[in-house]
Amino acid sequence: MDQIFADAAERLFAQTCTPQLIRDAEQSHAPLAAWQACEDAGFADALVPESDAGAGLTLADTLPVVLAAGRHLCPYPIAHTLLARAWLNRARRPQTTGSIALAPVGLTIQNQRITGVNVPWVRVADYVLAQIAGQAWLLPTQAACIQPNGVHGSLDGEASWALADAECISLSTPLDALAAAAYAGLIAGAMDRVLAMTLDYANQRVQFGKPIGRFQAVQQQISVMAEHVWAARMAAQLAFQGRDGQPQPQLAALGKARASQAAPLVADIAHAVHGAIGVTEEYDLQLYTRRLREWRLAGGSESYWHERIGAHALASGTDALGYLRCALYSKESG
Amino acid sequence: MIDTLELTAIPPEDEALRADVRAFLADTLDGLEPDERARSWMGFDAAFSRQLAERGWLGLTLPREHGGAARGHFARFVLSEELLGAGAPVSAHWIADRQSAPLILKYGTPAQRAFYLPRICRADAFFCIGMSEPGSGSDLASIRSRATQVAGGWRLNGSKVWTTNAHRSHYMIALVRTSGTAEDRHQGLSQLIVDLSLPGVSIRPIQDLTGDSHFSEVFFDNVEVAEDALIGAEGAGWAQVNAELAFERSGPERLYSSIALLECWLTHCRSESDDASNRAVLGSILSQMAVLRAMSLAVAGKLAAGGSPATEAALVKDLGTELEQALPRLIGDALGRRPDVPPPLPLLRTLAYLEQVGPTFSLRGGTREILRGIIARGLGLR
Ligand SMILES: Cc1cc2nc3c(=O)[nH]c(=O)nc-3n(C[C@H](O)[C@H](O)[C@H](O)COP(=O)(O)OP(=O)(O)OC[C@H]3O[C@@H](n4cnc5c(N)ncnc54)[C@H](O)[C@@H]3O)c2cc1C
Repeated sequence: MDQIFADAAERLFAQTCTPQLIRDAEQSHAPLAAWQACEDAGFADALVPESDAGAGLTLADTLPVVLAAGRHLCPYPIAHTLLARAWLNRARRPQTTGSIALAPVGLTIQNQRITGVNVPWVRVADYVLAQIAGQAWLLPTQAACIQPNGVHGSLDGEASWALADAECISLSTPLDALAAAAYAGLIAGAMDRVLAMTLDYANQRVQFGKPIGRFQAVQQQISVMAEHVWAARMAAQLAFQGRDGQPQPQLAALGKARASQAAPLVADIAHAVHGAIGVTEEYDLQLYTRRLREWRLAGGSESYWHERIGAHALASGTDALGYLRCALYSKESG
Repeated sequence: MIDTLELTAIPPEDEALRADVRAFLADTLDGLEPDERARSWMGFDAAFSRQLAERGWLGLTLPREHGGAARGHFARFVLSEELLGAGAPVSAHWIADRQSAPLILKYGTPAQRAFYLPRICRADAFFCIGMSEPGSGSDLASIRSRATQVAGGWRLNGSKVWTTNAHRSHYMIALVRTSGTAEDRHQGLSQLIVDLSLPGVSIRPIQDLTGDSHFSEVFFDNVEVAEDALIGAEGAGWAQVNAELAFERSGPERLYSSIALLECWLTHCRSESDDASNRAVLGSILSQMAVLRAMSLAVAGKLAAGGSPATEAALVKDLGTELEQALPRLIGDALGRRPDVPPPLPLLRTLAYLEQVGPTFSLRGGTREILRGIIARGLGLR
């Protein structure tokens, strides 16, 4: 079941999320048809129980979909949507259509308006599910005033809503773990592709009469890159452990921390190996490395999550090995 | 490409071993100072190894007919993790248990198995690994120690260096040239089990920068070893050594060399006032370690399934030793942020020891550069 799902996602994203579509989305052309194809394929409801017309998959089963979304840089928040829909379903607020971005932090309510200076995915999503002062809010982007944030190629933006357009939902569990897991998976997927691109390039670019991948100095850099790509993949696998479509908070935290830590390293080595061609607009590598750097910070960088994990470990009262084996994995201690 | 590492859980029947081991270690190691715990797989204590043997915890994966417990890789993972986590002095039996016994089981003759394996399981036979020579470190294929066939056996000449525990072991499994010359590279190398009490063997311990002497120089001067000292096939030494190294590289020992310091510092942090910077350093260490542990378990899963994940093992070792080395650096920096508050001496001694010895973590078992070369080959770049 999950393999079929994963293969279908890989195929669909490869067909619909072309580098051209990504460039268009970055130029403010919302990827409507691509999103619709994704919605029609049912990925967004992968975690929703079958009794509510979802696919009823486990969190671990959906990781391949998220990795594929990262590998193809889907310019809409499918990873966030599938986690958000499961969350909404549990909160008994079924969300039938539309993509949903997650904003666990960064929005505020003032003077009857909800505002954020850098709302994730807001330029391409249908909704933002935000956490503000202990409440969850579902914010339709159609009703929002949206301004670009000025970051080249970013899908995020400045946005504000009239409070009357927002729907308040009681907060069952915090949203930060959902966002952390989603980004961990996306980062791991994007890195997979960056490694593949780098290997291809190293095998094909010839200097001094041989492919640059034959030079030991280049090999050593790519091996380091591969180590971090594999670590990020494992981190994403850990982040996607959980029941009822909900990540375990500490595992999501460590998954995002480890993936974030790897992101600049992997991006930098990819560029180092590609030389000047990698920084050109026409070559696709930059689409990936820009996103990797953005996702590293999104929902908290490694230091943010490290501090949370450290605080949790100190409070756990167990020794380090016991913490690694048990406390990290237990729901109760989340 | 390198295969995806599957998230792998330790089977409950193997996890069940943990409580017994923990309880035993808590009793036995009570009062051991953290800087002694930090020596764990350098710490030599034959009596301790014998106590483990009495409980059936040596040769855990060996067949019962040879004195083993016929358990799987995951049981061994649990045992290793607890031993290293507690900083137990495992060095006496470690190499025999981890490398020599599996090698003899796989390539040895029935007579060799019957002779050596039960004694390894009883902690009556300790082994060392004779690969490195003064002129052959990373370039292992260039070794010059030589065994020539004579009536009834082999005559061995040459020398080995950096041989961990050579001066405290009963046997060495030596990689030597049995035919051709160093220019023949991988051809003509063989493994011999050398009884270190034989005439012509001399051993000189080397003191290291921490003040310890855990490795040695070993000289062979016309040492006569018997015919049955040859392990595996004559000339097949290279392939055998590489199979052996895959086991050596991926285990928990590549994650936990600095864990005694982490445990000690964690306790220290709990006694200190709340500090955001300490929390972040702790979280950084734990999140990297948790991912590495999952990777190491995944490699154990591949080994258990009969695979030979040499590239994956190299990858885990390189990342693992990097973290082991980062730990003293990070914790040293965290403690040094408050020069006005001197750390407790046991913590300071543990830190100092691991800072001094830390550079070796990425040397023993193959250097960083050599491992990255193996990964590059796995990625199709070589
Ligand atoms: C604590 C400790 C215990 C040990 N125990 C044992 C033991 O029990 N048995 C045993 O046989 N050996 C043992 N060793 C030896 C260990 O295996 C060697 O130190 C290691 O293989 C490196 O060899 P070397 O020290 O001669 O360094 P060299 O091979 O001289 O290397 C020096 C530097 O050059 C680099 N280098 C060398 N060749 C290349 C290349 N082709 N490309 C890029 N860089 C290269 C290396 O990576 C390293 O950075 C031990 C070492 C230590 C530190």
